[in-house]
Amino acid sequence: MKLLLAFFLIVLSTLVISNQKTNYNTDPLQESIQRGSEIYTDFCITCHMPNGEGVTDVYPPLAKSDYLMNNREGSIKGLKYGQEGEIIVNGKTYNSYMAPLGLSDDEVADVMNFITNSWGNKNDKMITEEEVSNIKN
Amino acid sequence: MKKLNILLIVIFVTCFSCAQQAESEIKAAEPANINYMTQVVVPELTIPWGMTFLPDGSMLITEKSGELFHFKNGEKINIEGAPDVYVRGQGGFLDIELHPDYENNGWIYMTHSSTEGEDEGGNTALIRAKLNGNTLVDTEVLYKAGPNTKKGQHWGSRIEFDNEGYLYFSIGDRGNRDVNPQDITRDCGKIYRLHDDGSVPADNPFVDAENAKTAIYSYGHRNPQGMVKNPFTGAIWVNEHGPKGGDEINIIRKGNNYGWPVISYGINYSGTTFTDITEKEGMEQPLFYWVPSIAPSGMTIVSSDKYPDWKGNVLVGSLKFEYLERLVLENNEVTKREKLFEGEGRVRNVVQAPDGYIYVAIENLGIARIVQKK
Repeated sequence: MKLLLAFFLIVLSTLVISNQKTNYNTDPLQESIQRGSEIYTDFCITCHMPNGEGVTDVYPPLAKSDYLMNNREGSIKGLKYGQEGEIIVNGKTYNSYMAPLGLSDDEVADVMNFITNSWGNKNDKMITEEEVSNIKN
Repeated sequence: MKKLNILLIVIFVTCFSCAQQAESEIKAAEPANINYMTQVVVPELTIPWGMTFLPDGSMLITEKSGELFHFKNGEKINIEGAPDVYVRGQGGFLDIELHPDYENNGWIYMTHSSTEGEDEGGNTALIRAKLNGNTLVDTEVLYKAGPNTKKGQHWGSRIEFDNEGYLYFSIGDRGNRDVNPQDITRDCGKIYRLHDDGSVPADNPFVDAENAKTAIYSYGHRNPQGMVKNPFTGAIWVNEHGPKGGDEINIIRKGNNYGWPVISYGINYSGTTFTDITEKEGMEQPLFYWVPSIAPSGMTIVSSDKYPDWKGNVLVGSLKFEYLERLVLENNEVTKREKLFEGEGRVRNVVQAPDGYIYVAIENLGIARIVQKK
């Protein structure tokens, strides 16, 4: 069993490495998503969970979230300045407070690109640092 | 080949994603018959991290975002001269605590995220200052952990004094799990003990250890955000966040290693494991561990006569499940857990005030007093 597992590990790491090589080297969107995933693990994962599923009734999901995908500006604003007041996500009302995260504009862009392209979300129009910096509270 | 790859991944994920965790033996139950209710006394706060009570019964409150409020006669006064706070991730303005002899010396102690130092980013600082009217004056930085980092995680922090007048405060591992907590020559993932002026006590456990940070009192912590002096024994009790599962209550003793991340009842957020062991010689077992995590913040031990049903119980805020947890202990063993005031919001802090009432700080709501039901 151990040998088998070791084999799987090797295969998997090869796959991951080769995937990274083919996808993440030149494409600016993929690079941004990669940086965004690291920020997500640091700043977001404790509440929004590893697969963006959130916590029932407390933290809204990001995965397949209609709010996130249809409110690009509002979502950026929430990340930049904090999120307050009622929002409706996939038909459910949430009213938790998310404090300002202290992320710089390029970091907000990266994490937006990550969450809008993960767990079934798809967003071809890349969010840039400039777009984030133009959004004011 | 592609199909085989997918198959292997599926098998791999299946093997690893179901790392089995032992759930807490005692589960948190709904309260059967509760004689108390909450009454909001300070409304409109967002993340009231720390609170402390002045001799006149008024209250000092820190907001994570950086404000310091003096709540007096029903009015929330903004205090000038608060420290420059580095708001980043879980960091910001953290705890606040009065000197035990505040009436004579006026010292107020605070912890906050600070960019002081050369490297980019920040780390946790302990300061003290005095209140002159509506301004903080005579501010002194007593401790600044290093190195700075841009990580948003695990700053701690809580402050507490013991019966001998020593000051204890906590700093989390700052998101550097595999480097900081087990290394006594580095800051972070530690409980510190200092004299009230910031000097290091001569009998601190690592004063003679080579290159050690001599302010360290115990190590191997992840992110302690609750700390209280047990009013019955005088010992310092701490609660700390685990990752996915593995939050802990620990009694802090000199030089102890609490094991993070070598031993833990938690697993990674992703469901994978980072350690196979939950105990090891030379490392302390927690008094209690939570699986699943409640995300504990704030802690008090009830000694007041105002809550006869709760005397000796431990109260802990749950950020994740938005309730106040009441733990009943017998001979330092948890025998019962109860969810109080569920659904009012993320409970950030809980303190038994000098007036005997228990005050609960709830995010996006304010500070509530627990009173007898009419």
